[in-house]
Amino acid sequence: MAVAATTETGARPSWSGRRPSAPAWAGTVPFFAYVGVFLLWPTGIVVVDALKNPNGSWAFSNISELGDPLVRGYFIGSFKLCLLSSVSGAVFGAILAYAVASGNPDGMVRRLYLAISGVLAQFGGVTLAFAFLVLLGPVGLLFHASWYFDFPWGIGLIYTYFQIPLMVLVFLPAIDGLKVQWREASENLGASAWQYWRYVGGPLLAPAFLGTTLLLFANALSAFATIEAWENQIAYIVPQQISTALSSEVGLSNVNVADLLALGMVIMVAIVMTGYALLQRRAARWLR
Amino acid sequence: MNALVAAAKKEGTLNVIALPPTWANYGAILSAFTAKYGIKINSANPTGTSQQEVDAVKTENGTAKAPDVLDIGMAVALANTNLFAPYEVSTWSSIPTAQKAPNGIWVQDYGGYMAVGYSSKFGTITSLNQLLGPQFKNAVALNGNPTSANAGLNGVMMANLAEGGTADNIADGVSFFSKLKAAGNFSPISATGATIKAGTTPVVFNWDYLNLPSYVGVSNWKVFIPSNVALGGYYAQAINKNAPDPAAARLWEEFLYSQAASGGQNLWLEGGARPVEQAAMQSNGSINTAAASKLPAVTVTPTFLSPTQATDAANYLAANWAKAIG
Repeated sequence: MAVAATTETGARPSWSGRRPSAPAWAGTVPFFAYVGVFLLWPTGIVVVDALKNPNGSWAFSNISELGDPLVRGYFIGSFKLCLLSSVSGAVFGAILAYAVASGNPDGMVRRLYLAISGVLAQFGGVTLAFAFLVLLGPVGLLFHASWYFDFPWGIGLIYTYFQIPLMVLVFLPAIDGLKVQWREASENLGASAWQYWRYVGGPLLAPAFLGTTLLLFANALSAFATIEAWENQIAYIVPQQISTALSSEVGLSNVNVADLLALGMVIMVAIVMTGYALLQRRAARWLR
Repeated sequence: MNALVAAAKKEGTLNVIALPPTWANYGAILSAFTAKYGIKINSANPTGTSQQEVDAVKTENGTAKAPDVLDIGMAVALANTNLFAPYEVSTWSSIPTAQKAPNGIWVQDYGGYMAVGYSSKFGTITSLNQLLGPQFKNAVALNGNPTSANAGLNGVMMANLAEGGTADNIADGVSFFSKLKAAGNFSPISATGATIKAGTTPVVFNWDYLNLPSYVGVSNWKVFIPSNVALGGYYAQAINKNAPDPAAARLWEEFLYSQAASGGQNLWLEGGARPVEQAAMQSNGSINTAAASKLPAVTVTPTFLSPTQATDAANYLAANWAKAIG
């Protein structure tokens, strides 16, 4: 109606039901403002301060600190722990998710698993580390695991406690997306179970599996409270050393080093993300 | 003094930071101050570290909630004197010269000696080398990572001195912990009240005032100081030069350094910490003798790390600690 009226009179009537249209990008402002304030701005501060010395002047030579053998050790430690806990979490979580998915979709067991996973995926920090310490530590109630304080095995085991439930939660929808007709079709065509998983199920799930594994990797990378409560005499991973650099009261604190280590973590995530994107492209090639 | 009390009462509040109520009797000290002067105390981040106190002074500068007064380790105090206001309390002359800045920009307040606290199930410990024995599997812990926590660093330094090392070189201490680790006796958990109560850290290197049965909350707990080593460590008071409650801050200092029976010095002593005016109070008779006699006896001349020695030790640990116990 409004359009018709406009064409008749040649003027835009002020009573038009259609409000003057805001620019198309206006709807994205809250999102980008949020990302800007809580992601880009802090990242910018980290990058800038990482390249300064404590007096506030530029010191690009800081970057060479990342090659220091001690510093490299923290990054290798972080990588080992993230890899161990994300891969084991992903494998066991995927198996568990498959088991849940193949049950009754409205059943009690499934609801119970999802509810428990939702709770346990958030369980971490001092309480989790203390629970394991009491069960498997030096005076463990269950038994004393001699490798309890071995890095990354002891802490890796503790991390799987929240990694597996997270995998179940995030990966289950992907498994639910596998239509039973696809399975029937491949069986009708004479495919074995192995062939079905190799040529149909596996490739379909691969992008989701890799994506979720990456999520677990990032989840482990940023975890700090759990490992700090597990042991705090050695800095095995980057966040522990950042803590020392921020709060050492024996004179080893240096905010710029903390920023530099944080910058290293940003680079580490960027590398993993790039690797993931390449893998994803390959895994999803036939879907296009 | 009366003018100071009036001005402080007018401000009405005092902001303190990183004062755990169970630490050196601070719970009682805070409530005694409020009861005496009617000044409300805002106690921020009670479990914070010295560095976090200084960070709060900087980040909250100019706001009403910025800390008025600080209770910090010496390394942090010396590195941040530009943030403090000088002040000499009325008992200034009772404080040993070595334990205060000449201009009063920082003043040591209370401290103690490094000690080994242990569960009495181990019998009686008389030498550090006993800790290498098989009955101490996974038992021996520090209070914090020595590259980060002052108590941790001094724990290693105490072992160093007991093993014949000097305050200039902490290497013997690191190799003692390396031996502990090789014997399977070193626990990499930081000791806290919870780990002691749970029995996971039955032997703890810590300041004696944090190692008393009354503090750790375990009755079968003993304290041992190696006979040849008294490694002392004192905290220091400092006033934020931009304190939002400047008069209350100074009144708080007067209260802490008061030698009265219910003043700060005797209250610290009742909490097992050794107040900085202890020697003067012993000679003028104002000390709480019952509380003083409960402290572990120390016979040798105390060692205090100089700032250079502390820095050297920290740098050595940064490069060697993880390797030694990894």
